[in-house]
Amino acid sequence: MSEVRAKGRIEIDRELCKGCELCISFCPRNVISVSDRLNASGYLPAVFNDDGECTGCAICALVCPEVAIEVYRG
Amino acid sequence: MAKVLMNGNSAIGEAAIRAGCQCYFGYPITPQNELTEYMAANLSRRSGCSFIQAESEISAINMVFGASVVGARAMTSSSSPGISLKQEGISYLAACELPAVIVNMSRGGPGLGSIAASQSDYFQATRGGGHGDYRTIVLAPSSVQELADLTHRAFDLADAYRIPVVVLGDGMLGQMMEPVEYAHEAPETLQVRSDALRGARGRPSRIVKTFTSNPADLERINWSLFRRYRLIAERETSFDTFLVDDAELVVVAFGIAARIARGAVKTVRAAGLRVGLLRPITLWPFPADVVRDSARKVKHFLVFEMNMGQMLEDVKLSLEGAAEVAFYGRPGGVIPTPSEIARVITRLYYQNGLRVDR
Amino acid sequence: MRKVYTRPALLKRAVFHYCPGCGHSIVHRLIAEVLAEMKLGDRAIGIPPPGCSVFAYDYLDVDMAESAHGRGAAVATGIKRAYPEAVVFTYQGDGDLAAIGTAETIHAANRGENITAIFINNAVYGMTGGQMAPTTLSQQTTTTTPYGRDTRLEGYPVRMSEIVAMVKGAAYVERVAVNSPANIRKTKRAIRKAFQTQLDGLGFALVEILSPCPTNWKMTPLESWQWVDKVMAVEFPLGVIKDVTGGEGAA
Repeated sequence: MSEVRAKGRIEIDRELCKGCELCISFCPRNVISVSDRLNASGYLPAVFNDDGECTGCAICALVCPEVAIEVYRG
Repeated sequence: MAKVLMNGNSAIGEAAIRAGCQCYFGYPITPQNELTEYMAANLSRRSGCSFIQAESEISAINMVFGASVVGARAMTSSSSPGISLKQEGISYLAACELPAVIVNMSRGGPGLGSIAASQSDYFQATRGGGHGDYRTIVLAPSSVQELADLTHRAFDLADAYRIPVVVLGDGMLGQMMEPVEYAHEAPETLQVRSDALRGARGRPSRIVKTFTSNPADLERINWSLFRRYRLIAERETSFDTFLVDDAELVVVAFGIAARIARGAVKTVRAAGLRVGLLRPITLWPFPADVVRDSARKVKHFLVFEMNMGQMLEDVKLSLEGAAEVAFYGRPGGVIPTPSEIARVITRLYYQNGLRVDR
Repeated sequence: MRKVYTRPALLKRAVFHYCPGCGHSIVHRLIAEVLAEMKLGDRAIGIPPPGCSVFAYDYLDVDMAESAHGRGAAVATGIKRAYPEAVVFTYQGDGDLAAIGTAETIHAANRGENITAIFINNAVYGMTGGQMAPTTLSQQTTTTTPYGRDTRLEGYPVRMSEIVAMVKGAAYVERVAVNSPANIRKTKRAIRKAFQTQLDGLGFALVEILSPCPTNWKMTPLESWQWVDKVMAVEFPLGVIKDVTGGEGAA
């Protein structure tokens, strides 16, 4: 719905993710949700919804215990 | 160089310094405090060296572990109860293949025991002592000179084979004052062991560890350690003999007991008894082959030790039934005299109908 | 767009064996970042404990040496005395540092050993299955306090940082947590300061980190992160407990 290009983008390594959902809890823009597809370890990983709201604040990466998130900004 | 009169404990310290010992970590316990104090006075003054009176014997052995990890010649010392405390640390050193020198000036046990000389830590020293399958080289000096020589040798053996080495003395050897000559000067620069962990500069990072979640890995490590132990047994077994060539009965004794036994052997020889003395110097590796070979000619052995019968088992294992083995032991820190041992030998000799030269 | 966050160079590419939501891997990551930023990676020697983090050496790409349980401060002392150029740090759990390792910790601090101690406090013994730790809270249920910790029989939660701070050789002691973005940033600053204390030769540095253990607390990751604030931090107040370094504070 926003016309402005997204300021940020993240990439979640779905095989590293253990579905702790902390990134989801702390994301200030609600751009992360739980996938409905299991990963190879049997977790439902987090998935990034690239709808233009991400600011690249990197809070998700900061809290991710698995270092599963890379963040892009700019 | 000239001989100096020193007590055993101090001689160990001087020898260690001359062997390039960089770190000493210890804790006071009778009867080895002269060693700790010697290191406090002399090691701490040497550039690059460290002396710490640690908060416990446990802490001290773990400090030795750390110093050894980074390639330093490190030692600790204690007496029986304190050596018990160090056993976990020694097991870790052995598992990680780290050199270290551990001096035990043993005293009477078990428990708090007595402060007098005893030899009741033989099992503890030669069977690993801590948990798991491992061995440490065990050197048993019999004089102040040997305390010095074997302390130096301990550092060399530890580095050569990446193994903890125990110098097993006792409270009497530690207190005795005898002339001692040092074959080496203290080194100008301290060596750093080649495989030391010194930070991952210009190479991949390394790990010194023992834990594995895969038993098969641990099995491999165990077999590897024991191949090395076999090599050490082939190369480093050491012993001394006195008048064994024509002996009908051989006394087997180590350390201070061997000093006493030597006097007894001289006495009984003067009375025409053909008695000899076999003195293991490495208690591990034990000179099993020597004992077994001597059973071709000698059918009677008397094991004399200041304990309830520990080396006795190694003698019996070595002989595999090829000869009679008698035992005389005095535990608790009681020091028998040469004449007492001479009486024991004499009784045994006659009771077995052995040949007497008149 | 440019990449603004990626795996730190000193963290090996390995899947963490820790439970979802565990604080260990966050602290590992912060240590890796700090060591790289301070260019200490090739001088660092880390000492992991027995415990969940025994495998820290599989993650941190620096030289590491195992220690017997509780003896990290003694091993670190031996390393630092024998090779002062090393930047040595222990990484210890609550049992390791505050139960079996109490003597080693207090005395290393007392001697002012120039080492850095990273102390992970999760109020429970994790790897062995959730038994009481010295830092277990009053009435907290663990497998060895199945009816809740009774302080009359089992003593009180130990405030190890405050105890260590009392010895003169301790130069910098701070308690932080890794249960929120703000706290994670503070933890990183505290870790950096703890290494700086060592570099400056000022004495013993201890960073106590309140860390969530969802599995043994029997909570979801988010619940456990909240429990750190709501319950743990009440008993173990966050903040600088001692700082004689004269440098900038972490908070």
